[in-house]
Amino acid sequence: MGPSGSGTTAAAAGAWRPSPRELERRAARRRQGRRRLLLASLSTLVVLGALVAVVVTSPGWPRVRETFFSPYHARESFPAIVDGFWLNVKLFVLCQPAILVLGLLVALARGTHSPWMAPLRLLAVVFTDVLRGIPTLLLVLLLGFGMPALELQGLTNDRYVWAGVALVLSYSAYVAEVFRAGIESVHPSQIASARALGLGHVRTLRHVVVPQAVRRIVPPLLNDFVSLQKDTALVSAVGVFDAVFTAQDYGLYNFNFTPLVVVSAFFVVMTVPLARLTDWLQRRVVERERAGGVA
Amino acid sequence: MSAPDAGGESTRDREPVLRVRGLRKAYGERLVLDDVDLDVHAGDVVCLIGSSGSGKSTLLRCLDLLEPVDDGTIHLDGVEITDPAVDERAVRRRIGMVFQAYNLFPHLTVLENCTLAPRHAHGVRRREARDRALGLLERFGLAGHADQHPDRLSGGQQQRAAVVRALCTRPELLLLDEITAALDPELVGEVLDIVRDLAAGGTTMVLATHEMSFAREVATTVCFLEGGRILEQGPPARMFSDPTHERTRSFLKRVLAP
Ligand SMILES: Nc1ncnc2c1ncn2[C@@H]1O[C@H](COP(=O)(O)OP(=O)(O)OP(=O)(O)O)[C@@H](O)[C@H]1O
Ligand SMILES: [Mg+2]
Repeated sequence: MGPSGSGTTAAAAGAWRPSPRELERRAARRRQGRRRLLLASLSTLVVLGALVAVVVTSPGWPRVRETFFSPYHARESFPAIVDGFWLNVKLFVLCQPAILVLGLLVALARGTHSPWMAPLRLLAVVFTDVLRGIPTLLLVLLLGFGMPALELQGLTNDRYVWAGVALVLSYSAYVAEVFRAGIESVHPSQIASARALGLGHVRTLRHVVVPQAVRRIVPPLLNDFVSLQKDTALVSAVGVFDAVFTAQDYGLYNFNFTPLVVVSAFFVVMTVPLARLTDWLQRRVVERERAGGVA
Repeated sequence: MSAPDAGGESTRDREPVLRVRGLRKAYGERLVLDDVDLDVHAGDVVCLIGSSGSGKSTLLRCLDLLEPVDDGTIHLDGVEITDPAVDERAVRRRIGMVFQAYNLFPHLTVLENCTLAPRHAHGVRRREARDRALGLLERFGLAGHADQHPDRLSGGQQQRAAVVRALCTRPELLLLDEITAALDPELVGEVLDIVRDLAAGGTTMVLATHEMSFAREVATTVCFLEGGRILEQGPPARMFSDPTHERTRSFLKRVLAP
């Protein structure tokens, strides 16, 4: 413990040791933490246990277990579902960036002020109103069956592709509104400060408004993307052999609905990493930029 | 010009309202408060002075339990509030705080800002909270702005509204963080009157300020902070005319220079 050799002031400052009171406090906080953890675990166990008990003791449970939770059918349908799910994943990965770009463009178009841009503004308003108004399923059906029927030269007749286009259009309308809300939530004084620094309209948007807006809209955007991940299942409506169509097909053929539960699990597993990533991003922003918050 | 210490001896013997011992606060590697000791007695007006970044705001936030401290203790009326078992909200209900950047709630009118805490944290009846707030707003010359949203007010008006908001809960201890920084000289005088008024009414205050004349005028104790330590403290008469520390002297010379 003794300071050996040449103890400088810097070393003395670095050699701070928590006082006994502080150590006591830390121990108390640890005890508090343990007690909270214990309480949380206990209450979770009780609630989950009760739920499981209610389901398992219900009179219809044995039949439900056979038709929805059959390990045999889960194994049997698994390979086909994996193949189908790959189509869902591909659709999501391709649509997502397209939606972000189109959504941002529509939002920016609505935010323009110049009179020359009036037609563009009008177009953007009509775009969001119409495409947000049509149920996504209808849009998928209309484009998936309608566009190939037109037999247009040079355009694909692949229903899968047209269903993807329908998803992009529908979700861009949603995402555009999220972007617009984010942009409008940036306080006017921020725009005034940027203007005062001599930044033009576009630079102000690019360096001050959009970065702040994006931080705020990450949670709602994630929400829309989780929704999109699930809505890739709508392509099953136009007869594309995605995971859902495959599972339905198997279920109707074998009179067993276990594949539907398997597909549900697939979708849940796909959405979880995105949710965790967003949580992490949000926390990092809070830690870096916000001070004086109360836990 | 009555010496603030004249009747002070009797209060010195009593338990201080606020007793800070060995307070330490670090942000990561950066030590912001280092072994801070401070006693605030009932009726005291303690002014924290010191250069920008010396830790004044951080000290005030620690006193209001808005920041967890890394070591040391804070006692409020003899009860340790840095104890993990203590109810932080109950403590904060007894302390009023006004921030450097007003922090009024932009979505509420001035009046709603002022009645929020009395109604929802102190259980004051709607009518009484309203009357109390209107009375204080009137006294601070804000009666005409009660129904406006804070963004419509000038900086000085916003700051006065923030003071009213803190007073509406009738705190035992008022923490003020540079409340005059954004005010024009005329309004500084007005707020100074009000602070002196509050002090005369027995409100105990700790305030951070860059306004030396303000500190000299209103303080019973002046504390000079430097690098997170209270280097020196004493009655304003001595602190401003005859500081012991060389650092205090050079700081005062710097800020008092015309
Ligand atoms: N949340 C935080 N994270 C990291 N460092 C911080 C944080 N808050 C304050 N600091 C640092 O702590 C130091 C003290 O800050 P504080 O705001 O208490 O100073 P101050 O005395 O109030 O200054 P001023 O007179 O300019 O208001 C500063 O150096 C600042 O950089
Ligand atoms: Mg400060």
